[in-house]
Amino acid sequence: MNLQEDFAKALLAPDQPCPDGLFSNNGADPASRFAVYRNNVHSSLINALLDSYPVTRQLVGDGFFRAMAGLYVQAYPPTSPLLNEYGSDLADFIQGFAPAATVPYLADIARLERLRVNAYHAADTPVADPQAVINQLQQLPSLGSVSLQLHPSVATLQSNYAVVALWAAHQTTDSVASLDPWHGQSALVLRNGLEVEVFCIDAGCVTFINSLNNAWPLEMAVAYALDASSEFDLHQCLGLLISHRAITHIKVQP
Amino acid sequence: MTLSSLPNVAQAQAPGLPRRAGLGLKSEHLAEVLATLPDIGFFEVHAENYMVAGGPFHHYLGLIREQYPLSLHGVGLSIGGEGPLNQDHLARLAVLIERYQPQSFSEHLAWSSHGPVFLNDLLPLAYDDAALKRVCEHIDQVQTTLKRRMLLENPSTYLQFQRSTLDETDFISEVIRRTGCGLLLDVNNVYVSCINHQQDPLAYLDALPLHAVGEIHLAGFAEDSDSLGDRLLIDDHGAPIDNAVWHLYQQALQRVGPVATLIERDNDVPALHVLQAEVQQADQHLLAVAVHS
Repeated sequence: MNLQEDFAKALLAPDQPCPDGLFSNNGADPASRFAVYRNNVHSSLINALLDSYPVTRQLVGDGFFRAMAGLYVQAYPPTSPLLNEYGSDLADFIQGFAPAATVPYLADIARLERLRVNAYHAADTPVADPQAVINQLQQLPSLGSVSLQLHPSVATLQSNYAVVALWAAHQTTDSVASLDPWHGQSALVLRNGLEVEVFCIDAGCVTFINSLNNAWPLEMAVAYALDASSEFDLHQCLGLLISHRAITHIKVQP
Repeated sequence: MTLSSLPNVAQAQAPGLPRRAGLGLKSEHLAEVLATLPDIGFFEVHAENYMVAGGPFHHYLGLIREQYPLSLHGVGLSIGGEGPLNQDHLARLAVLIERYQPQSFSEHLAWSSHGPVFLNDLLPLAYDDAALKRVCEHIDQVQTTLKRRMLLENPSTYLQFQRSTLDETDFISEVIRRTGCGLLLDVNNVYVSCINHQQDPLAYLDALPLHAVGEIHLAGFAEDSDSLGDRLLIDDHGAPIDNAVWHLYQQALQRVGPVATLIERDNDVPALHVLQAEVQQADQHLLAVAVHS
């Protein structure tokens, strides 16, 4: 008999009896005491998810979120002691979770919240001074030989729903007059100093940033962005990245 | 003998934890702590929370570390696990210790991982010879890798194993004798376990290897009941320290003398000043025993 194997299995399966070989000194049913461990495991993991997904929870309510998170915990318990990372694929679970289908944008809100957690803990790579970046870019003879390195916190999300507006509406207690969740939005997430910031960006800017993150030179990133959207505005997109300290390094190939 | 009144910065670089009361560092209190630098002996953090690449956690812990001694407390190493220790996790601990140079590193006599699954709770183990050998091997491995002596915390438990052949206190004594690690005496855990298992807390305390105590933990518990309606205490760190635990703490101090004492609060975290009152209360007990020793 493998004690911890049985113990671990029974912890994660609420309908399973408590394992053999346990007792209480006072003769109480060990199941009534095993329940403490089972509850600790479930509630601590559900609470970890609550911490990472506050807006997702607000959108469906505490009871719904806890029930959904409980099923997720049973199906996908953590595989690492680093709970900051736990639930990184909760959005995919939500996507396939039939009771959540009435809130079709829920999975994308969870994706946005995960990007925020990732950005919060991303590495502290030093960023280039915004004015120095501008000066350097202005002096470039051409874009062809230039690569821009973005801060490790920088990530984008494309959604068929108004993810940024929906998320922003839950950052304030003011009532939001009109919010149409059904128009698609794309998000830029980054950490500026110690603050994680979220912006709404267009499809061209998404492609531009993703291309830079995939190590494409500036010229190629611009070409891909224009391909994605003929209205891509390089100055606006670069301005956003520079002013929010998202560029760590400019590399010019000789 | 007086309690240390060194300036913060010098104290922060002292080799060991001061014989004073410290506090578990909570993000809710960071701004106030850094703005007011309260007279608290040391801070303790959970190692796993800082196993992230960068960002505010490291930023603030770095600032705290400049001002205060630090205790690094692991909750995820699974020293009591049947499987081998997670090498990656041990490596991450080594990196954190190198970075922050904490005065103390401690972990639990418990398991939390099985196979690939991490259960995020401090789970109980059966105390037999096989477990003793395994736990000692794990602690040897930790102390060798981290190049320092660790403290092992006595657990709070809710049930017992028929397979156990050793008392918990004998098991702990033997682990400490064989590995040379220290004891993190969690007085709340002593009380919780003894009530849950109908044992005398003072007798349990006296059966522990008190000569090896390097730190004390104090916390609050929650009350539940089992299938017989008997008191079942839950170590939830979510309430003020109970009077019975304060009393047991004084008994412990009389036996071990003044030793770094942590006020732990992880749930329903109140305002800093509320916890500071508990810190001051512990400091008074430490002062009293220092004067008499």
